[in-house]
Amino acid sequence: MFGWLVWRDLILAWRRRADVLATVFFFVIVVSLFPLGIGPERETLRSIAPGVVWVAALLASMLSLGRIFGNDYQDGTLEQLLLTPQSTYLIVLGKILAHWLVSELPLVIIAPLLGLQFGLAQNSLAIVVVSLLLGTPVLSLIGSIGAALTLGLRAANVLVALLVLPLYIPVLIFGTGAVQASVGGTSPQPYLLLLGATLVLTLVFAPWATSAALKISVE
Amino acid sequence: MSNRKINWYKYAAPASFYPLAGKMIPWFAVLTALLFIIGLYVGFFVAPTDFQQGEAYRIIFIHVPAAWMGMFLYVLMAVYAGIGWAFNARLASMMATAISPTGAIFTLIALVTGSLWGRPAWGVWWVWDARLTSTLILMFLYIGFISLQSSIDDPRRADRAGAVLALVGVINVPIIYFSVQWWNSLHQGATIRIANKPTMAPSMLAAMLILLAACWMYSIAVVLVRVRYIIRERERESPWLAEVLA
Repeated sequence: MFGWLVWRDLILAWRRRADVLATVFFFVIVVSLFPLGIGPERETLRSIAPGVVWVAALLASMLSLGRIFGNDYQDGTLEQLLLTPQSTYLIVLGKILAHWLVSELPLVIIAPLLGLQFGLAQNSLAIVVVSLLLGTPVLSLIGSIGAALTLGLRAANVLVALLVLPLYIPVLIFGTGAVQASVGGTSPQPYLLLLGATLVLTLVFAPWATSAALKISVE
Repeated sequence: MSNRKINWYKYAAPASFYPLAGKMIPWFAVLTALLFIIGLYVGFFVAPTDFQQGEAYRIIFIHVPAAWMGMFLYVLMAVYAGIGWAFNARLASMMATAISPTGAIFTLIALVTGSLWGRPAWGVWWVWDARLTSTLILMFLYIGFISLQSSIDDPRRADRAGAVLALVGVINVPIIYFSVQWWNSLHQGATIRIANKPTMAPSMLAAMLILLAACWMYSIAVVLVRVRYIIRERERESPWLAEVLA
């Protein structure tokens, strides 16, 4: 059931490729705006690169949150899924995993390219990828709570930003911290460990909160 | 334990809580006024002038209680929302909704007074200090809660959705706080450290505590008034309300 659900969401996403690409391009465009707004000095760019990449990733992942449950809610699939004897926890986890694969993994893959534009060194680029790999699942997990709470509401997209962005702050701090540490020549390990700990914690609690929120919103 | 058993659950029903709250409000309002007058008197006339900061420090008499209230009311709101959700207690959920604007206002007061104090003390209106930043984030959490509840039309769904958000927020508050503190200690260069506070004069502490009590009384009074309005709005169909209002 879990695997089937992930597979189904992946197929659906493949059939709407343009949506996925839009998120990636949004990420690229937002990151590219910063040098234009701040100026092309290499030193400045290198020092702001970690923050820019991470904030853009936050915004891009938030943009796609509506898709986790939105379409299934509208055509009634979500209600049917919740009625199955399967545990809601697993269903929610499957939806989140599919969302991460579709909307966040492309960001992780393209991020080193953007880092190159900002003049990051090779080992820092590796840390960008590792920190994003650990951090973006947390974004999907926390974001799913917001997405479930705002299902079918007016102005859900703006609302979800208000709910979710403050909760993203620890991930942002740990993620940028890791990259900054490697740019500054110190070990990024403590940040990566903290990111990992955050991931484990949200992996346990977030799907539970999301299923509670889904039951509230669908009923 | 006692022979006289008071049925506390009785007051969990809006119908019996509504008149009780009505009777309690004047008392808390009077207490608020009294404590504010005493506290402000002690704060302005009894407490000595600080030898480092001069008269400007007196803003802490409102700043510190407001900051405490902002934090505490968030926890209280989450507790009420959680009770309302877990036990399906309407009144507890209404209390959570009623607390949220008061908490947000106290957080805002703490931010504004903090920045007013920062100007003479630090020379700038705003620093990205750990406490200021986490108070700002607390403000965002309140805004999220209030805007989520106000954009859901069905009151029962609004109550429960708010409960989930408030509980998630409460779990996150310590994580956010420590991460912000950590972030702050890393960027040492940009921040201005607060010098170790000299021990407070007893009258300063007294003024602060009296004003804290005043803020509590104010919060209780205002929340009760607001919860009465919420009850009137949600129970407008029920016969008991028509009787009370008649």
